[in-house]
Amino acid sequence: MAIGVQRATQQLTMADLKGRVDPDWCPGCGDFGVLAAVQKALVELRIPNHNVVTISGIGCSSNFPGYMNTYGMHTLHGRALAVATGLKLANHELTVLVTGGDGDGFGIGGNHFVHSMRRNVDLLYIVMDNQIYGLTTGQTSPTSRVGMKTKSMPFGNIEAPVNPISLALAAGATFVARGFSGEQKHLTELIKQGIEHPGFSFLDVFSPCVTYNHDNTYQWFRPRVKKLEDDSAYDPADWKAAMENSLVWGEEIPIGKFFERTDVPTLHGAEPVLNEGPLVRCDPRVPLDVARSFIEELM
Amino acid sequence: MKQTFAIGIGGAAGQGVATPGDIFAKIFSRRGLHLNAYNAYQSIIRGGHTLLTIRTGTEKVTNMGDRIDLLIPLNQDTMDRHLKLLSAGAACIYNADTIKPGPADDDVQLCPLPVSELADISRNKVAQNTLAIGAGLHMMGIGFPALEEVLREQFKKKGEAVVAENVAVARAGYDYAAAHFRAFPNPLSRTENRYAILSGNTAMAMGGAAAGVKFYCAYPMSPSTGVLHWMAAHARKAGIMVRQVEDEIGVINMAIGAAHAGVRAMCATSGGGFALMSEGLGMSAMIETPVVVINCQRAGPSTGVPTKTEQGDLWQMLGAAFGDYPRIIAAPLDIGDCFKLIPEIFNLADRFQCPGLVLCDLLLSEGRLSVHPQDLDFSPSIDRGELITSANGNGTPSAAATNGDYKRYKITDNGISPRAIPGVPGHIHTVATDEHMEDGVLISDEFTNPVKRRAMMEKRMRKVTGIEAAVPPPVLSGARTADVTLIGWGSTMGVIEEASEILNEQGISTNQLQIRWLVPLHGEAILEILKDSRHTIIVENNYSGQFARYLRSETSFVPDGHIRKYDGEPFMPHHIVEAVKEQLAGKTQWAGKTQVSVPMHEIMV
Repeated sequence: MAIGVQRATQQLTMADLKGRVDPDWCPGCGDFGVLAAVQKALVELRIPNHNVVTISGIGCSSNFPGYMNTYGMHTLHGRALAVATGLKLANHELTVLVTGGDGDGFGIGGNHFVHSMRRNVDLLYIVMDNQIYGLTTGQTSPTSRVGMKTKSMPFGNIEAPVNPISLALAAGATFVARGFSGEQKHLTELIKQGIEHPGFSFLDVFSPCVTYNHDNTYQWFRPRVKKLEDDSAYDPADWKAAMENSLVWGEEIPIGKFFERTDVPTLHGAEPVLNEGPLVRCDPRVPLDVARSFIEELM
Repeated sequence: MKQTFAIGIGGAAGQGVATPGDIFAKIFSRRGLHLNAYNAYQSIIRGGHTLLTIRTGTEKVTNMGDRIDLLIPLNQDTMDRHLKLLSAGAACIYNADTIKPGPADDDVQLCPLPVSELADISRNKVAQNTLAIGAGLHMMGIGFPALEEVLREQFKKKGEAVVAENVAVARAGYDYAAAHFRAFPNPLSRTENRYAILSGNTAMAMGGAAAGVKFYCAYPMSPSTGVLHWMAAHARKAGIMVRQVEDEIGVINMAIGAAHAGVRAMCATSGGGFALMSEGLGMSAMIETPVVVINCQRAGPSTGVPTKTEQGDLWQMLGAAFGDYPRIIAAPLDIGDCFKLIPEIFNLADRFQCPGLVLCDLLLSEGRLSVHPQDLDFSPSIDRGELITSANGNGTPSAAATNGDYKRYKITDNGISPRAIPGVPGHIHTVATDEHMEDGVLISDEFTNPVKRRAMMEKRMRKVTGIEAAVPPPVLSGARTADVTLIGWGSTMGVIEEASEILNEQGISTNQLQIRWLVPLHGEAILEILKDSRHTIIVENNYSGQFARYLRSETSFVPDGHIRKYDGEPFMPHHIVEAVKEQLAGKTQWAGKTQVSVPMHEIMV
């Protein structure tokens, strides 16, 4: 089974979690709200910051680890989940947060996204989904709507967008949620739940790009988002209901926890090699009697 | 010349070529004999043509040699392909019911087995194979109990009835040969030595376990998959996390993630998979997290010939990932070296916090060799370099560092910055593939700074000087001066050695310069060695002379000739011997000033 999240002995503050430099995001960027919510969640969960590793790919939102005072890895475009999987398996006592954008996660990193979910790697994956490529100055992304005009598709996008929530449900993610950068308290709560969930937690966050996406703005989202938590009849254990709700998109767009199950073993929990504790603390030497048996097989 | 004995067993894939091969290999190794096995096969699960060559002798057998002494064709196709290549003194054992011999040398002994008379073929589908093993063993002068012992082990799991049946069939073949076939003039010797028989893939996997690898991941790709298979089968005993990943991009990134957490991490692939790992290698170098990557070369380009060997990836390896960065590249010299090299390259990668690349090839990866068990050392030195694994920092000078003054990329004289692993209090930092400053903060986006960029580039590249000092220069084997100096790299060591012996016997003196460390190359030392050479020839298993071009680029050295082979099959000693003689006689084609020989592979496999 998963080892529980490690708690700090002393209370951390928001200031303790602030990185060495300030974010270089555009004023008004949705990512500010996500950063604040992540820091608040870590404070509230009392997780010591040296036991947290924030891992990202490349893109505007992937600058995230540098703005956090946790261990961080700013990896390659699309590869954060693969790096995070290796890191988690080598030391499963670390709390692993993976952050990135829709291009990073659903475009170039799409393969790792699908496979990380079916593996049920124990980490929280936050996608700051702005439905556009920002750092490359405004091209169509895998979540851009049909018809959206960008520099790469000036006559309008003709490709259907990916539905991250349905995809995550189909790929076997054991925690699937959607947040909105404009709903801080709600988002913080989802992040806390995602960190505590034993297994792969996927959190897609509407994080508007104020510079390049003039379609999906705060003003566009605000009247549309509807919290699943407000519907007392909604049961996040019901996968079919989650799938049905994942397809709802229009005048109303559901946010909140779509789905969670905790009965699937995590990747590190399923591998007996880790029964003795994290690999990083194991003796690197193969015991000599075991080594001898390896050689005897060949004789 | 060393006395050796070679058996060739051929048939279609799925006909059971591997089992007789394993049985002969076990019998030879238990007689204290060395052996070398090479399987020429195809990318097909059933059908096609497979030829397994097992060569044995009392001294180390470094390659498959030039001659087959005993041919066991399991089908007509094998008979048709190989009988005509047998030379005087050889023998061919075959199923007389189904296979007809073709033209053969007068002094080749044809040994037809009346299989349906000797065994119940309706019950035992591989009776012809077992009969042939029995017959062959008698002709080699080996007593039947040795075979019975191995057959008992081989069929133990299938029950006593199957064991008894197979022993009886083998016995029938053994006795039939005693009555009808001429034994080989020299019975196989016996020594008191005992060897382990292993493939290069097994050797590299075991070398990884010995080096303390705790994380191994891979995507299946011939001819590297054997490393994954050994790792997966032994993971739980050895305490290694082994993962099969969705693609090689995921592989390298996952390995780097594990390495970053503080364990030794390794992965293996072939040329196509290595191409996908290129960007990840750059990350390893940039964030200064060591990882070891094995490339088992196969014949390229593209999907190429998945089951055939080549030394065609040198320039891919040299050019992998963009930008300049420190790294180590080594090519193991034989299967024993496949084991030994892994702990060595891990120590270097850890000390210098950079990627370590192993350039193996199918010939070693899938070939099998007898290795003295003492050469499989599970207690090699393990040097993790400047690694901080606790708040006390393992006694390194940065031990007392608080988070305020710990700098992951501290600028140092040797370019090495103490590396704290995640989870250590007081050393929090972010590593980045973007260019960064000493504390890890990016200088790629908002705060670009040419002075700092230059300082970080120079910090990383200073590690190259340390790597050069830590890696020994190559040494010449043989006399300081000789008629011919043969230069090779990696897996061609054994076959060049044997070709040299033959040339020496024929009155052409030779010496050999075999390169193991490709980066750093030690060009000055190589020039110093080659300045006394009278005639230099570079031997390599590729089309364009990749090593020759590399050596020239590093040293301006141009050899007198080249011997190259790129047909998918490895060199045989006579290929090199004949090419050297041709070149000395000035008979070969001219390509500019140097001569190039491309030996023809006579065996159709």
